[in-house]
Amino acid sequence: MNHIKCECGHVNPEGTVLCEACGKPIEMNQHIDGNDKKKLLNMRYEGSARRSKTYNKTIIDKIWNFFSSVKVGVWLIVIALVASGIGTIFPQEQYIPSTAVSRDPQIYYPETFGILGKIYYQLGFHNLYSSWWYLLLIALIGISLVICSLDRFVPLYKALKRQKAKRHESFINRQRFYSKTESVEQGDIESVKESLRKQRYKVKEEDGHLVAEKGRFSRWGPYVNHIGLIIILLAALLRTTPLLYLDDYVWVREGELKVIPGTDGEYYIENKEFILETYDQEDERFKEAIAKEGIVPSNFQSNVIIYKSGDSEVLGAETDLEKVTEDEIRMNYPLKFDGYALYQQGYQLNEFANMTFKIYEMNDPDAEALGEFTIDLYNMKHEYKLDNGYKVVVAEYYPDYKLTEDGVKSETNDSNNPAFVFNLYPPESEDYEISFVGDVIGAAEDLGIDTTVVELQPMGNVVGTFAPSIDPTGENQYRILIDSIDFDRKSGLTVRKDYTLPVFGFGAIIFMIGVIQGMYWQHRRIWIQRKGDGVLLAGHTNKNWFGLKKDIEKAIDGTAINMVEDQNEEE
Amino acid sequence: MESLLSTSSTALFTAFILYLVATLFFGATIKDKTSDKSKTGFAGKLAISLTIIGFIAQLTYFVTRWMASGHAPVSNLFEFTTFLGMCLVFAFIIIYFIYKLSVLGLFALPVAMIIIAYASMFSREISPLVPSLQSHWLAIHVSTVALGQGILFISFVAGLIYLIRQVDQSVRSARTIALEFVIYSLFLFIGFIVSSSVFNAMGYSASFDYPLNDKTVTTEYTMPAIAGPYDGTLTTEGVMEPWFQTPEWMHGADAGRKFNTVVWSLLVGSVLYGLIRLILRKRVGAAIQPLLKNVKPDLVDEINYRSVAIGFPVFTLGGLIFASIWAQIAWDRFWGWDPKEVWALITWFFYAAYLHLRLSRGWHGEKSAWLAVVGFGIIMFNLIVVNLVLAGLHSYA
Ligand code: HEM
Repeated sequence: MNHIKCECGHVNPEGTVLCEACGKPIEMNQHIDGNDKKKLLNMRYEGSARRSKTYNKTIIDKIWNFFSSVKVGVWLIVIALVASGIGTIFPQEQYIPSTAVSRDPQIYYPETFGILGKIYYQLGFHNLYSSWWYLLLIALIGISLVICSLDRFVPLYKALKRQKAKRHESFINRQRFYSKTESVEQGDIESVKESLRKQRYKVKEEDGHLVAEKGRFSRWGPYVNHIGLIIILLAALLRTTPLLYLDDYVWVREGELKVIPGTDGEYYIENKEFILETYDQEDERFKEAIAKEGIVPSNFQSNVIIYKSGDSEVLGAETDLEKVTEDEIRMNYPLKFDGYALYQQGYQLNEFANMTFKIYEMNDPDAEALGEFTIDLYNMKHEYKLDNGYKVVVAEYYPDYKLTEDGVKSETNDSNNPAFVFNLYPPESEDYEISFVGDVIGAAEDLGIDTTVVELQPMGNVVGTFAPSIDPTGENQYRILIDSIDFDRKSGLTVRKDYTLPVFGFGAIIFMIGVIQGMYWQHRRIWIQRKGDGVLLAGHTNKNWFGLKKDIEKAIDGTAINMVEDQNEEE
Repeated sequence: MESLLSTSSTALFTAFILYLVATLFFGATIKDKTSDKSKTGFAGKLAISLTIIGFIAQLTYFVTRWMASGHAPVSNLFEFTTFLGMCLVFAFIIIYFIYKLSVLGLFALPVAMIIIAYASMFSREISPLVPSLQSHWLAIHVSTVALGQGILFISFVAGLIYLIRQVDQSVRSARTIALEFVIYSLFLFIGFIVSSSVFNAMGYSASFDYPLNDKTVTTEYTMPAIAGPYDGTLTTEGVMEPWFQTPEWMHGADAGRKFNTVVWSLLVGSVLYGLIRLILRKRVGAAIQPLLKNVKPDLVDEINYRSVAIGFPVFTLGGLIFASIWAQIAWDRFWGWDPKEVWALITWFFYAAYLHLRLSRGWHGEKSAWLAVVGFGIIMFNLIVVNLVLAGLHSYA
């Protein structure tokens, strides 16, 4: 390294623009901060030697310089900003509404949004925020942040530590706030000093020259907040490991006891009751709004018991359960136990649980049932033998029946809209009749009932009798009709374990400390230099010049010292 | 209950009128020849006092409505937007006491009034809180966000003053056009307010049936339908037939009605703007410029930056940090890339870019002023377009 010795005797590192001690511009380096073309000195980094401005030979230099450029940093931020915006034009994949034509993105986007939707999908914008290039962008911002901060923080710190009260005149008269007074008594200087101390400036003296300084710590604000951001990015990285982060989902019916997924069979949950409450339509406060916008739910709640399985040999043996806690889970009030958290996420009130069917003779005017059987949908048998000799075999079962252009299918494995193909064996017969029964929801919709709004429970029983019972051959002697339906209420809970949260929280706190430190305080300095009988006065602040001006006005009040000029305005 | 509510609306109306009167007095300060800034003239003192009384009146609205409904009145579009206007006034009062710059009030208060009037076009009933909103975090998060945005709005106000003062109006240029466009956009808000109020007062109503997701639904227009719903049929008799249909690609419930409102706002706003131009016979910016010749551009520039410096941390805290904490509690994930969340992130990125450009690339003065205007645009986009069009989980409407 080629050190540069200043006339004041201080030895500066290579690339220094303004001497660290006295501030004298070092001639050969003025182009670095653009001082050669301006009257005022660029004080951004105190003219300290930054690596990025000093070396540009090796490939490492080039990479360093690329990432430490704020221009590059801002470009990265702007690209991320624009990309994020594009990602909100159409819903992201996880937000495709359940009412959509299809939840298959390949169909949904073109069908719903036409050609633009197709392009959107093909460019991967439907999954933008987890796409490799979006993540790369965020990572690049992170790298840029680190390098940029290191590049500036270290030299800036050194320069501020080494600054002296005595300054070179060419440093003082090239500050934005500057004044020259021909003749000043020592008493005036003492009074200024006193006043500055009262304004909580730290005053340093050297050979009768003064520097008063306050709020230097605010200069570290940006670096502190960048560290906060880095911690947040690291937390996001940590979160991708399953060790620290668990995200699962469980549906539990009322009365059901179930192992909690993701806990390795260690914990069980029992749903005692699911509660859905709505606001009273007569409530004086809300009745107008409810009349206008419809019923509003006021509470979703599951009353649950959590068990831990004992140290039995067979992990997960239900016999050995030990109660951990009994509690309510409501929206906004998750249940926490042993590092896990359960959130009230969804519910389903109209899941079909038990269906009772009756067998009738075809075209029987009296509609006298020949027999009945009940299917427990959670525990379905292959065949049902009736007392009077009839036998029903479940040939096909669609838990969530839907008739589409491509034929019939079951949309999910939940019994939201069951439909059956039965083989009915009359007593002592080897031959059977085929009939199709079910699709209650379809029948309801055909009747013009909007099943997404309606509480199905009582409705289901009425509609059940209208549900199709189709005779595919046209030669059947019997028909099977739905007699009654029991519905279940089930509660959807997310299971979370997230040890990265404290890391995110820590990063956020550091970030806030950093921005507040940098934004709500400013680093102000006032120099008073003796020159002959008079003084040179200069002031610098990293922001809020208005505030600095008021400080100076107050300090020189009642003295012979001239108020500073804003040399920026003259330009 | 009833009386609380009526106190509440009276208080809001009072606040609005006081802001209006205060604006006039701030206008009177323009003529002040006193070059000594530390001495505020009589008009200026009166104006800021009226503003403070107006703010107290609006605070009364806020508190009484809170008492009446039992929850913080920031839970629907009317309440939130009104509160945003209040935060803008609050931020203005603070900045006023730092810089004592009266001309700021002349621009800040009208913007606040436009925002409050815009708010009152949405349904004003007290709505019950759905379970996801029943949390203290509602008040904490929303009030911090709105406060942050209110402070950031001051940077827009300062930026606008700077531009009107500094942009060379003697020749037509891209800058004069862009500035006129900003002013014209403010007229569109007025257009929206005027057309909604007029048709509201007339009690206009027309119903349409239109298909939505394979079902037929009904929508009620409160303004004559220039743009009907796509494939809709008018079911009310004796009212104006739509001139054209809302384009098919505008999807979602009530797309037609919303689009129709936009058309009316454009129409009325443009007519108003056109009339003003006819009267003035020059660009609106050019007409205001001479009034601002006593304003020091450097000071306005500093206010622009200072309000971002104060507002950015507040916005970060409310819009990103408190938001994440609440999202974690209510929805089990602190970040979900919901459009509203993404736009808060975009706002944050944008102001971060503003700060970096200013600090490290020397974007002062006019460049900063333009950025402040764009920032305002982004926040308003989040308020209007995201709520009414892109709406995800956070949808208020
Ligand atoms: C979105 C991410 C970022 C945020 C929120 C952020 C935030 C901040 C803030 C609040 C400041 C202080 C500004 C002021 O005092 O006016 C700052 C300064 C700064 N940031 Fe960032 N920053 C981000 C990304 C970056 C990146 C990617 C770079 C690298 C190119 C960078 C480099 C700097 C530099 C060089 C300073 C100035 C420090 C100084 O001059 O004292 N920042 N940042």
